[in-house]
Amino acid sequence: MNPTEPTIQLPGGWSTLSPSVDWTYYFIYWMSVVLFVGIIGAALYFVWKYERSKHPKSEPTGHNLPLEVGWTVAPVIFLALIFHWGFEQYVSMTSPPADTLDIRVRGRKWSWDFEYPNGGHSPELHVPVGRAVRLLISSEDVLHAFFIPVFRVKRDAVPGMYGTLWFRATRTGRAPFYCAEYCGAAGNTPAQDGSYAGHFNMRGEITIQTMQEYLTFEESLLGPHPGESTADWGQRMYRENQCFTCHSTDGTRMAGPSWRGLFGRQERMSDGNGVTVEENYLRQSILDPSARVVEGFQPVMPTYRGTLNDRQIDAIIAYIRTLH
Amino acid sequence: MATDVAVTDQGHGHELDPNLNYLQAGRGVLSWLVTLDHKRIGVMYLISVLTAFFMGGVFALLVRLELLFQGRTIMGPETYNRAFTLHGAIMVFLFIIPSVPAALGNFVLPMMLGAKDVAFPRLNLLSFYIYVVGAIFALYSIISGGVDTGWTFYTPYSTGTNGSVVSMTLGVFILGFSSILTGLNFLVTMHKLRAPGLHWRRMPLFLWGMYATSIMQVLATPVLAITLLLLAVERTFGLGIFDPALGGDPVLFQHFFWFYSHPAVYIMIVPGMAIVSELFATFTRRAIFGYFAVAMSSLGLALLGFIVWGHHMFTSGQSEFATMAFSALTMLVAIPSGVKVFNWTATLYKGSIWLTTPMLYALAFLVQFTIGGLTGLFCGTLSVDIHLHDTYFIVAHFHYVMMGGTVFGFLGGLLYWWPKITGKLYDERLAKVSWFFVFVGFNATFLVQFIMGSQGMPRRYFDYLPEFGRYHAFSTVGSWILGLGFLIMAWVLVKSLRSGPPSPPNPWGSAGYEWQSASPPIVLNFPEVPTITRGPYDYHLATEEELFDGFPEDRAKK
Amino acid sequence: MSAGHGAEAGHGHGEHPPYLAHHFDTPEQQFDTAKLGMWVFICTEILMFGGLFVAYGIFRSLEPDVFTMAHHHLDRIMGAVNTVVLLFSSLTAALAVREAQLGNQKKTSLYLVITIACAAIFLVVKYFEYTHKFHDGLLPGRCFGHPWFAGSPDGHGGFSGSSTPWYMHILQGDGCFDRTMARPLQVLDLPARGNMFFGLYFMMTGLHGVHVVVGMAILTWVLWRNQKGHFSPEYFTAVEIGALYWHLVDLVWIYLFPLLYLVG
Ligand code: HEA
Ligand code: HEA
Ligand code: HEC
Ligand code: CUA
Ligand SMILES: [Cu+2]
Repeated sequence: MNPTEPTIQLPGGWSTLSPSVDWTYYFIYWMSVVLFVGIIGAALYFVWKYERSKHPKSEPTGHNLPLEVGWTVAPVIFLALIFHWGFEQYVSMTSPPADTLDIRVRGRKWSWDFEYPNGGHSPELHVPVGRAVRLLISSEDVLHAFFIPVFRVKRDAVPGMYGTLWFRATRTGRAPFYCAEYCGAAGNTPAQDGSYAGHFNMRGEITIQTMQEYLTFEESLLGPHPGESTADWGQRMYRENQCFTCHSTDGTRMAGPSWRGLFGRQERMSDGNGVTVEENYLRQSILDPSARVVEGFQPVMPTYRGTLNDRQIDAIIAYIRTLH
Repeated sequence: MATDVAVTDQGHGHELDPNLNYLQAGRGVLSWLVTLDHKRIGVMYLISVLTAFFMGGVFALLVRLELLFQGRTIMGPETYNRAFTLHGAIMVFLFIIPSVPAALGNFVLPMMLGAKDVAFPRLNLLSFYIYVVGAIFALYSIISGGVDTGWTFYTPYSTGTNGSVVSMTLGVFILGFSSILTGLNFLVTMHKLRAPGLHWRRMPLFLWGMYATSIMQVLATPVLAITLLLLAVERTFGLGIFDPALGGDPVLFQHFFWFYSHPAVYIMIVPGMAIVSELFATFTRRAIFGYFAVAMSSLGLALLGFIVWGHHMFTSGQSEFATMAFSALTMLVAIPSGVKVFNWTATLYKGSIWLTTPMLYALAFLVQFTIGGLTGLFCGTLSVDIHLHDTYFIVAHFHYVMMGGTVFGFLGGLLYWWPKITGKLYDERLAKVSWFFVFVGFNATFLVQFIMGSQGMPRRYFDYLPEFGRYHAFSTVGSWILGLGFLIMAWVLVKSLRSGPPSPPNPWGSAGYEWQSASPPIVLNFPEVPTITRGPYDYHLATEEELFDGFPEDRAKK
Repeated sequence: MSAGHGAEAGHGHGEHPPYLAHHFDTPEQQFDTAKLGMWVFICTEILMFGGLFVAYGIFRSLEPDVFTMAHHHLDRIMGAVNTVVLLFSSLTAALAVREAQLGNQKKTSLYLVITIACAAIFLVVKYFEYTHKFHDGLLPGRCFGHPWFAGSPDGHGGFSGSSTPWYMHILQGDGCFDRTMARPLQVLDLPARGNMFFGLYFMMTGLHGVHVVVGMAILTWVLWRNQKGHFSPEYFTAVEIGALYWHLVDLVWIYLFPLLYLVG
């Protein structure tokens, strides 16, 4: 099926599901327009015709059983039709074909993590065109919902439960995706770069590319980019995994301790013990943050177990070591 | 509630002359605060809900103002989240649910029945005070940290977030009991206190609407109460019922919440429809076409309303079978709603239509409810809702039914009964001007939101992509026009109170029973218990005397 | 009960009996109204408890083992005693109505006193049950098995973790209300999810307990009015609806007892 053009009402339809959904949408739309014009047209005509200066005495009209039965029963036909189409399409939306390419989607306040079949992680969503893709969605904290308007798909990310959605893209390009279930905000003060974090910013762009490009992208997730040093890669991880929403690198105190001068520092834990920051402690802080909580901070950091692999953690540690 | 019925009641009017008008009988603030007169209680409710509407409206204007430009306009994201939560919660729980039943309904329901009061006057007063206490709890949450959960209080967000969620949920919990007691009181009153001759087939459609509403209030609200109680306990003790981190099920919370809140949307609309039925009859001067069908459709909505709650959860991960069933049942709701719309339209046919401001509100209701209802069908259709869920399309849908429907009906009813309540006429010309701004402003605000939504703009967003900028700006400007309309409206009402000419008993020349009383009515409503000999819309049977004030112009002619 | 008794009392205007509120025409209208009101209220109550029963049903079907294991910690004997006490009090409440109908003021009072006494016994037994749970750390949610409550190793209750009483911790604002303690500890031989069973247990019996207290208040007020001689064979509305309410309280317990105490 071909992609459909955007209209004033709907964004372009870029999946095999979208044409039929759009069709149903427009069917209801035109049905509503006709009903609305009919009903309101009649009402306005009557108001004009029987306005009391023209029609000073009302006339009782008595009953009209066929009419009353008619407008009670006739809608049923339309309702049955739209229910039927809606349901049929819903069934195809919820039953992916057998050979899908599976991507794990994890929502957390306030970013998405995508895990690709080769184990690579990225905050970016890339999918190949023409191939059925299945997203396996879950949440690490509160409810979120994954919403890609051009594909006409949406699914809640419920903690403790997997949700799935699937699509087969019909063209390449970039299109927005959103978090569609309210999930709060990080407060009223902006981050270093002036941006705010929250439900409204838990969005991004999906990149639909050819299979070849997609595979190159997937490959690139597993290590540093060509020519990138380990520490630089670590810095990229810092950006891509959005550590910056809680950790600054210039000494500013945010939701979490700043990383500036972190390595080798003496930290006091909330249980009163002291710790010298070295590799094992950093590793534990990333994988099991609530095990030892730095004094004066809330244990709000999510675990990155399953998100960051050992090489990536090494790179982050290498990066932290550069921050004097 | 037992207190209510048994204490030897000498009647609150007995120390005074029961034939005084209810505003003059008894003076001073205290005589209002301890009154058992349904009319005074209605007026106290009216003042409260108008205050709530004003507060909710101010939050709405702030929300819209923030969205005027991309990025931060006047407040940060956290404040924004609090603003729309309070807007939604105040509008729903403090304003719209009590608006028609508890405020206007309290005033006219016993009069339409030819009764002296509601069945349990003490309970009626109690429910007002419960409302006040609930409102205090809910509003306390504003100053004690705010609530940022959205009016739906979804877990686990609501069990983890900061702020005074507990105070808000307890407030809503308490408000629920106020609503339950009003419903209970009305149900019993309609069963037991109808004047001689007022059999069910002669009950005004407003009362049929109240009857259906009361059933929903009595049966649905307790479920919300227990849900919110569980939520509050979950938050303090970590009960483990809703919070997945403790093993609970967040989707269960949604089921519980919508089991109440879907019937609640019919608790909101059916009273609006009920008023509109009265307005259509009075201002076309003829019987509502298909009276019986319109009456039954209210009950139909009440019953169907209980079995469609899952349509708010199509993407939540409830079972596919449930999803299908809820979608199918949702479709059925269109039928009773359609019956109403078609019958109102047919009522205009061969009427003698008088375009007063209340009638203009009724016509606007017809237009906007039809739009809101038909867009509800987009939401009820499974595949389409997957796309539209939690976008501005939904926001537009429910403002069209709640604001464009119920609030317009409420305003129409307020103006319609205003002369009866206050004994004063208001300035029709200025009222029409305010109607015009409200009508235009409302549609300007919300029509574009449909487009935004179907284009993919999610709701509860503090910020948005550039392509939505012009829609948001347009909508915000619309909200200013709307605000202006309400300012004029407030002026109309204040002016009427201060210097409005006294109203005759029946300024609209209505055949409705409540108009057979004085304006304002005497304490006991009618000098003696009326005997009903005709239906409330039988203009052809009503005597000249009954319609005697008639249209002011008619009076001039006579 | 029939309302006919009131019928002869007041007809026409001006000679209303003192108990007839001004907005009613006849005593039987007033009586029916009150009764209908109470019935509607009972519907509300049933739906309110209904929410809890649904939650119970869902979690029981999801985690039947937890329910079976946890319910062994409830004291069946005490539960059974309370069931009998409440059933008996329902009977005396009904008898009180009967005597009021017959105009036996003294007997009405007697039966009301017995009913209220039963309610008190019920609450005393509940008090012992609750304190026992507290001592064993069998508490809802996060408090479940909290060190300050947790039972001694031999499993016979008593505080072991701390010398400070548990309520002091709560008053000091630390205690089990700390939101971060997400995972409840193991209590005795119970799985951690036992917290959910006890959460439901305390919610359901607690809400019911509140109803018992309210019922006692209503019945006491009815008793007071009876002593004042407000009632007669023509007018005994308050006795009737007070008893109706009490039957509801009883009815709810009839469901709670097997669901909570006799799961296994
Ligand atoms: C007054 C309140 C009110 C009313 C009356 C309605 C009426 C309806 N609503 Fe609405 N709704 C809300 C308030 C209301 N709603 C709110 C507040 C929300 C959002 C809550 C939140 O998430 O915050 C919501 C959300 C909502 C959803 C969930 C959307 C989502 O989140 O994804 C759905 C889905 O089915 C829905 C459907 C309907 C339907 C089918 C009706 C029907 O009753 C409409 C029936 C009327 C008509 C259909 C028009 C007239 C009929 C005819 C002219 C007859 C001819 C018709 C045909 C031939 C088809 N509504
Ligand atoms: C009855 C219900 C009701 C009503 C009437 C309204 C009225 C309005 N609403 Fe509301 N709204 C909700 C219920 C309602 N809303 C709910 C439930 C939500 C969802 C919340 C959530 O997501 O949790 C919502 C969400 C919501 C949003 C979405 C926020 C988001 O998702 O990010 C927006 C945005 O435009 C909005 C705007 C408005 C506006 C401009 C009005 C205007 O119509 C308001 C107009 C009123 C005034 C301007 C008052 C002015 C009054 C005077 C000047 C004095 C008059 C005095 C007398 C007459 C005595 N509302
Ligand atoms: C939601 C906010 C948040 C995010 C996102 C976050 N952290 Fe943290 N982090 C914290 C907080 C709060 C602390 C201090 C409390 C603690 O030790 O758990 C912390 C502590 C740490 C520490 C120990 C610091 C010290 O001073 O001892 C390290 C290392 C760390 N985080 C690494 C990371 C890495 C790597 C990432 C991203 C991949 C990250 N964090 C993302 C909030 C966050
Ligand atoms: Cu995540 Cu909204
Ligand atoms: Cu609904």
